[in-house]
Amino acid sequence: MAYKTIIGLEIHSELMTNSKIFCNCTTEFGGDVNTHCCPVCLGLPGALPVINKKVVEYGIKAGLAFNSKIARETKMDRKNYFYPDLVKGYQISQDDIPLCSGGFVEIEKKDGPKKIRIRRIHIEEDTGKSLHSEDGGSLLDYNRSGVPLIEIVTEPDMNSPEEAKEFLEKLKATLEYIEVSDVKMEEGSLRCDVNINVVDEDTGKKTSISELKNLNSFRAVVKALEYEEKRHISLLKEGKENLKETRRWDEVNNETIVMRIKEGAADYRYFPEPDLIKLEIEEEWIEDIKSNLPELPHDKKERFMKEYDLPEYDAGVLTQSKALAAFYEETVEYSKDPKQVSNWVMGDVLRRINDEELGIKDLKFTPKDLGDLLELIEEGKISNNIGKKVLRDMFDTGKSPNKIVKEKGLIQISDEGALKEIVEKVIEKNEQSVIDYKDGKDRALGFLVGQVMKETRGKANPQLANKLILEIIDEK
Amino acid sequence: MISKVEIEHVANLAKLKFDEKEIEDFTEKFSEIIGYVEKLQEVDTENVKATYQVNPNIQFMREDKVEEGFSNGEALSNAPDKQYGYFKLPKILD
Repeated sequence: MAYKTIIGLEIHSELMTNSKIFCNCTTEFGGDVNTHCCPVCLGLPGALPVINKKVVEYGIKAGLAFNSKIARETKMDRKNYFYPDLVKGYQISQDDIPLCSGGFVEIEKKDGPKKIRIRRIHIEEDTGKSLHSEDGGSLLDYNRSGVPLIEIVTEPDMNSPEEAKEFLEKLKATLEYIEVSDVKMEEGSLRCDVNINVVDEDTGKKTSISELKNLNSFRAVVKALEYEEKRHISLLKEGKENLKETRRWDEVNNETIVMRIKEGAADYRYFPEPDLIKLEIEEEWIEDIKSNLPELPHDKKERFMKEYDLPEYDAGVLTQSKALAAFYEETVEYSKDPKQVSNWVMGDVLRRINDEELGIKDLKFTPKDLGDLLELIEEGKISNNIGKKVLRDMFDTGKSPNKIVKEKGLIQISDEGALKEIVEKVIEKNEQSVIDYKDGKDRALGFLVGQVMKETRGKANPQLANKLILEIIDEK
Repeated sequence: MISKVEIEHVANLAKLKFDEKEIEDFTEKFSEIIGYVEKLQEVDTENVKATYQVNPNIQFMREDKVEEGFSNGEALSNAPDKQYGYFKLPKILD
């Protein structure tokens, strides 16, 4: 039997404006509770919203980056529901005339690119945050209330958890590139809800859609989707019917749990926001934003492949984030070999960044430092392995590679006379290996080189050590 | 025209509770109101652009400037209950 998984996403991304969408309060993350509030974002009677131009601009920017059509005339609507994190009893959002409609994001598949269509992108306000107090009450902080959001809704065009992840990575990179959002999932500035169901392609039978919430990392998205995919397939296999419902991802137990049976869309009783009138967007404004769009991830990737002669994989990894791409390009300015820079950035640099959850801006060393390090290796002043050690030191101390090499005396021993003495000593101590080598065991040579490296604490020039060992063995 | 179930649904969305008598009463009244408004359906609206607002002006957009808002004390000054600088409410259930 053939099953087809159908996945659609809804992404909320906080916009990096200075002030909130409908008032002048700051959008800054992490201030003291309830100190970024005013009558508008606290929903006090009589307060009136005035829309922030930058929010509309960023919305248009996102729309253009995702190939959407920008509405020339649009409006805000009230979405009514009761929840204490929503002060007014409604959220000001957009219903039938979103700022941007249509569009797509292309993801790379083995058999070529695949278009994931975007249905719409609209602007709206974020809600406050609630937490539970120890005595059973709820505590509300409205600093986030009124922070601008864009909601991006896709068509159900993804057919596997992996595709959903790739789409999200592309989307995240694009939002970061165009500098409309800082896309930090851990701070909630990028949030993702997913819809999933499965069709039995033989019988045409479908499961009802499950909406998943509380997904605060791409890893959680993938794991929750994998769990749901299996669950929906077994529902089909067992011939069971499920209800359309909202489920929550439980990270501790690795499963999804029912939150509620889903309310229909009409229950939000949308109507045009009477406190804001129609928004008119001039063609000129759209053109102006379009002409100022920066290079997007896809274009940058193509350019990296051409300009630096990088494999597609490298170019893809390096252009995943704007900061990483910039770091790479700057490093190349100080080093002659772009592929070598790519190997180091994707390897040791990125590994450490990921392990320690660092950002590029947290690095203690500069692209020039990395470029200098690679030149030291290129010139044969230090070996590759010593280079890795120096890099570790650069991560820890931020010292320049030249300084580290000098302070620790790491300059490679390329002087024949000096190295010959050490080689002779090593051979004397390891007669058995010499015999083994003469018996045709090539591995013994590697062992001897290793011993020389050990003796010199990695400073010997390995090619030279190799050559000297062979010379001495031949003499014997 | 409008059923009891629909009235109960709308009341539920508005977090309002009514007794049986009131619901029946509302069902009747709502039906009357909706029936009245439904007269509009008779109008031919072909080629008429949807009107979502009657104000012909265009929305003014403000510049993205930050201004100081309330202090925590001011923000909470009307709150019936507060704790650690938060508004305190009865427990929220999903």
